[in-house]
Amino acid sequence: MSDMEMEKIAGRSSLWDAKPSPYCPGCGHGVVHRVLCELIEEYNLADNCVFMAPVGCSILAYTFLGLDVCQSAHGRTPAAATGIKRARPDTFVLAYQGDGDLASIGTAEIIHAANRGENITTIFVNNAIYGMTGGQMAPTTLAGQTATTCSNGRDASLGMGNPLRVCEMLQSLAGVTYLARTTVHTPANVIKTKIAIKKAFDVQLKRQGFSLVEILSSCPVNWGMQPVAALDFVDKKMVPQYPLGEFKVGGVSVTPGA
Amino acid sequence: MKGNEAIAEAAIRAGVQSYFGYPITPQNELIAYMSVHMPAKGRTFIQAESELAAINMVYGAAAAGMRSMTSSSSPGLSLKQEGISYLVGAQLPAVIVNIMRGGPGLGNIAPSQADYFQACKGGGHGDYHLVVYAPATVQEAADLTTKSFDVADRYRNPVLILGDAIIGQMMEPVVLSESTPNPPPKPWAVGGIRNGRKPNLINSLSLEEGVVEEWNWLFKAKYEEIKKNELMVEMLDCEDADLILVAYGTTSRICKEVLRQSRARGLKVGLIRPITLWPFPYRAIAQAARKTPEFLVVEMSLGQMIEDVKLAGLGDAAIHFHGRPGGGVPREIDIREIIEHVLVQKRAGKIATRGTVIDWEIS
Repeated sequence: MSDMEMEKIAGRSSLWDAKPSPYCPGCGHGVVHRVLCELIEEYNLADNCVFMAPVGCSILAYTFLGLDVCQSAHGRTPAAATGIKRARPDTFVLAYQGDGDLASIGTAEIIHAANRGENITTIFVNNAIYGMTGGQMAPTTLAGQTATTCSNGRDASLGMGNPLRVCEMLQSLAGVTYLARTTVHTPANVIKTKIAIKKAFDVQLKRQGFSLVEILSSCPVNWGMQPVAALDFVDKKMVPQYPLGEFKVGGVSVTPGA
Repeated sequence: MKGNEAIAEAAIRAGVQSYFGYPITPQNELIAYMSVHMPAKGRTFIQAESELAAINMVYGAAAAGMRSMTSSSSPGLSLKQEGISYLVGAQLPAVIVNIMRGGPGLGNIAPSQADYFQACKGGGHGDYHLVVYAPATVQEAADLTTKSFDVADRYRNPVLILGDAIIGQMMEPVVLSESTPNPPPKPWAVGGIRNGRKPNLINSLSLEEGVVEEWNWLFKAKYEEIKKNELMVEMLDCEDADLILVAYGTTSRICKEVLRQSRARGLKVGLIRPITLWPFPYRAIAQAARKTPEFLVVEMSLGQMIEDVKLAGLGDAAIHFHGRPGGGVPREIDIREIIEHVLVQKRAGKIATRGTVIDWEIS
């Protein structure tokens, strides 16, 4: 079969401008963006989607995404997203948050948006560190993991707190319709991530309430690792602390992995 | 109607589509009114989890092109400062109400004007101004609310209505606007069906060199326009005055009564009442100072607006102050005593009343 007869089944998303990725080598954000772009195209949502850019590395998404973008203050994305969705219910609101944004400074906002059952979809990228500011301890930093603000490793006995499990925390809230944790450190898991996000999109499109997918992601630069070692860190260290699977489906709690 | 309710109803008539609030005394009637009347009209009402969330919901709804509003009282406004700075940075119109109470800290629920600096001199981070209206009656609170939505939309800048516990709680007759709101088109808004429109971006960040500076120059040009077009001030009996009282909001009502009493006694007292606190009527005050040798600034604070009165440039005119902080309300008798001291006794003797400074200087 010649090249001419090959069918093109994948390529660059038309929603992603032909610019270099702003992300570091081995970072998971690009993969997650790619999955989101694919789904937005598959669902034909580009014409009425607002991408909520948070404070964190992914704030730079506004420089290359061909979507309406609304930036919000650190941690306040769920509140700003609520404002947009309530003002224009015909808008598909895609809130994108990192761990410092969602699980530290914006804990109140995410819990209450979820509890109200706001009809928005939140993509929560958990890489266990503050990326944009240069590698400080995050609420999701693992026990023993080093960061610029815990150079000897996170130690709860020294008052640094424990790694926060967001899905487990949100599971009890009645407003949450779909809740899952996935990872993008292997191709198979990228596909699982896409399936989970698709379910989350469906919840918003059917106006069934709040949906959130937590995605474990690597940050080799701030973890001080080579990209391959960082993927191994996700597999060996992060997954045991943050179990993968669905936590809520159709508003009903399920046991992850079951 | 109560002031709080009149503001709420005026906002509804001005076409507010989204209201986000959080309970705090003495503005609770406002959020309660909205909770009943907004959903009844098919509009958005949310009791947010915090003032922080409320102002950021306003940010989102304004980004989506809707007339949006929040209200609170002093401690709540401190929390809202983050969102206000972002609203300015992203050039989003919004109306914010502060029914001031005594502070600092949790303070009390009595009337105060101690948030003047916060309202007029920035409040949040960055170089910016809000248009600040200071109503003195329930009628004016309603009228300025109507106006606020138009002004916010015209300049794509948040507007603050600065009242106090008395304005919020007081009942007065009020005639509400019957005119149909006419918000301008907002081609910059996000959301809805784009239908071929190019993607829009609502943001206040740029890491490219010089971009944020250029934005600030743009804001500066906008502020100059606002100064030119939106300044509001009431001048009462200033033409022949030997002493001019300067006061806004609730204290201006007290001063008006003192003016009436003084004039009845043959003392030539005038009043300058800034209605916009930003922009501030510097020129009107400076002009009055060419003829009038004595100024008395009265505030429910330790002295905040007085700095702007001084800044107006009073020439050889003297400036005096009477203020009550922490929820205290100036008494007519105390203001009269100062006028008497300056105009009749020619400064002989001393004034014992706390909060009075004769020949006030910036120190």
